[in-house]
Amino acid sequence: MRLAEAWRVALDALRANRLRSVLTMLGVVIGVAAVVALVGIGTGTKGQIEQQVEGLGSNLLLVVPGRLEAGSAPTASTMSLDDAEAVTRVVGDRDRVAVTVASGETIRAGSRSAFASMQGVLETTPSVFVRRLDRGAYLTRTDVTTGRRVAVLGAGTASALFGDRDPIGRQITISGVRFRVIGTFERLGQSLGVDRDSEVHVPVTAAQRLLGTDRIDGLAIRAPDRERINALASAVVATLSERHPDTDFSAVTQEQILGVLGDILGVLTGVLAAIAGISLLVGGVGVSNIMLVSVRERTKEIGLRKAVGARPRDIGVQFLLEAVLLTTIGGVLGMALGVTAALLVDGLTPVPATITWWSLALAFGVSAIVGIVFGVVPAQRAGRLDPVVALRTE
Amino acid sequence: MILADDISRSYDLDGVSVEALRGVSLTIEPTDYVAIVGASGSGKSTLMHLLGGLDRPTGGTLLIGGRDVATLNPAEMAKLRNETIGFVFQSFHLLARTTARDNVALPLVYRGVGRRERRARATAMLERVGLAHRLDHRPNQMSGGEQQRVAIARALVTDPSVLLADEPTGNLDTTTGQSVLGLLESLNAEGVAVVLVTHDRDVAARAHRQIVMRDGLIVDPSSSPSLNISPFPSAPDISDAEGDR
Repeated sequence: MRLAEAWRVALDALRANRLRSVLTMLGVVIGVAAVVALVGIGTGTKGQIEQQVEGLGSNLLLVVPGRLEAGSAPTASTMSLDDAEAVTRVVGDRDRVAVTVASGETIRAGSRSAFASMQGVLETTPSVFVRRLDRGAYLTRTDVTTGRRVAVLGAGTASALFGDRDPIGRQITISGVRFRVIGTFERLGQSLGVDRDSEVHVPVTAAQRLLGTDRIDGLAIRAPDRERINALASAVVATLSERHPDTDFSAVTQEQILGVLGDILGVLTGVLAAIAGISLLVGGVGVSNIMLVSVRERTKEIGLRKAVGARPRDIGVQFLLEAVLLTTIGGVLGMALGVTAALLVDGLTPVPATITWWSLALAFGVSAIVGIVFGVVPAQRAGRLDPVVALRTE
Repeated sequence: MILADDISRSYDLDGVSVEALRGVSLTIEPTDYVAIVGASGSGKSTLMHLLGGLDRPTGGTLLIGGRDVATLNPAEMAKLRNETIGFVFQSFHLLARTTARDNVALPLVYRGVGRRERRARATAMLERVGLAHRLDHRPNQMSGGEQQRVAIARALVTDPSVLLADEPTGNLDTTTGQSVLGLLESLNAEGVAVVLVTHDRDVAARAHRQIVMRDGLIVDPSSSPSLNISPFPSAPDISDAEGDR
């Protein structure tokens, strides 16, 4: 029998049992769709986070007290603005050093209130991190040196406190202390479910007075270029260790953060793909099962075909093609469904999803292979049927 | 055409060897019109399966179209069936959901004949059995007699030398059965050997030659009247009491 003929026969057989073919395919459709959609969500999330980390600015070096080890709580900081000045001397450029002292505070404006992360910062923050202003201006060096009570609001905090009104020039109170709004940030959106727009930047000196401390929580340095990051990190850590002999300091680069996040998200994507792969496998078992039923049900047909001259191979190929058709058609439908689902998730929810060619290729390839693997046993069984027995079967 | 020399066929049923055929010799000539008769379990169906190359003997020599079936593998047996034998079954064995023409064309599929030629030959064959008006009908849209004619057309489409018919009139009323037999006989007149397996005394009587089976052997009705050879259900019959294998 010619192969084209075998395809037609297989297609006819599937068409003859439409409902069963569709239900069998459904297992594969769902499996492939799950692989495509879940891998898409995994990759999309990973891409978004990498983008956000990179979007902070380039060649960043973050310096925090203590050691960055999994499972350890953050170390209480003993750093002060004096340390920041010492680091600035090492770096040689004030605009490349940012500091923060942070505290979660309830911010009030008139009758409204919002919870936000209050960050005491230097005026250098926008030149170290990438932060764009929506309105107004950022803090100035004078604001910092004089400890002026002025604030720049995150987009979320601004709209929570002022709605559509222009917040510039208005009063807010943080812990009962009044600040004047001089600017608002552009909206950043969420990252890993954390709202990054709920923050208030105030001069670090004002924040320290408000919190009754002279500590700073951490330092951020923007290195002039990638090559010098590691050298700079050692120099900064050495300087700080010299000033605080009892404390360890850690300097991490964006690449290190990305590496850790990438590992975590890679594992996440892998787990999602594995779960989806299992459902694809279950779909394959379903195909195998239905093909066995089909062989049994069509024993008489097989007997007749053999009687009129079908070789064992002809029958085997026919049933194998049926299985492969089931899974490849299911695979194509599953890809369409998976892509649709991923696009819907991407468009309608905050969860990002990116369709990757490799996941499409993988899902389709696996479904085709599943068809072959799970079709072989029923096909062999059909091919080996004794024509006399097959014809006699009722 | 077909030459059987002392062929036997035993089955292994749960470790017990059952002999369905115990040494049968016969010859089918190209112009033969033979009826194989016998009670249920007499071995006549087994014999027909062997003659048609659907099965192999466990003993003896069987030549179909000059080839010893013992030397053929399943694929070669399939080819032999396709080229030499046409089968007609009691229950027609047509593919449901498939048109008469495609049913008739089925054996040509396995011969590698192209679609266009298959359809042409199937159409011609359906015309020959008087079903030119039923080309695109499906089995469930046709009467039993028409279905059996389709089956006969399918058996003939490969131009076989032997037509093996297993109770071809068994599922048909008398009139329809008569016309199907008439068709087989006219084919025989055109040079196709016809081998009928039947229970029906009247059907068997129309054949040129009768082969009577009993207990896996061919018996000669004329030479052994004491056996009370009466394989037909209509007659009082001790062999019926043996029951089925």
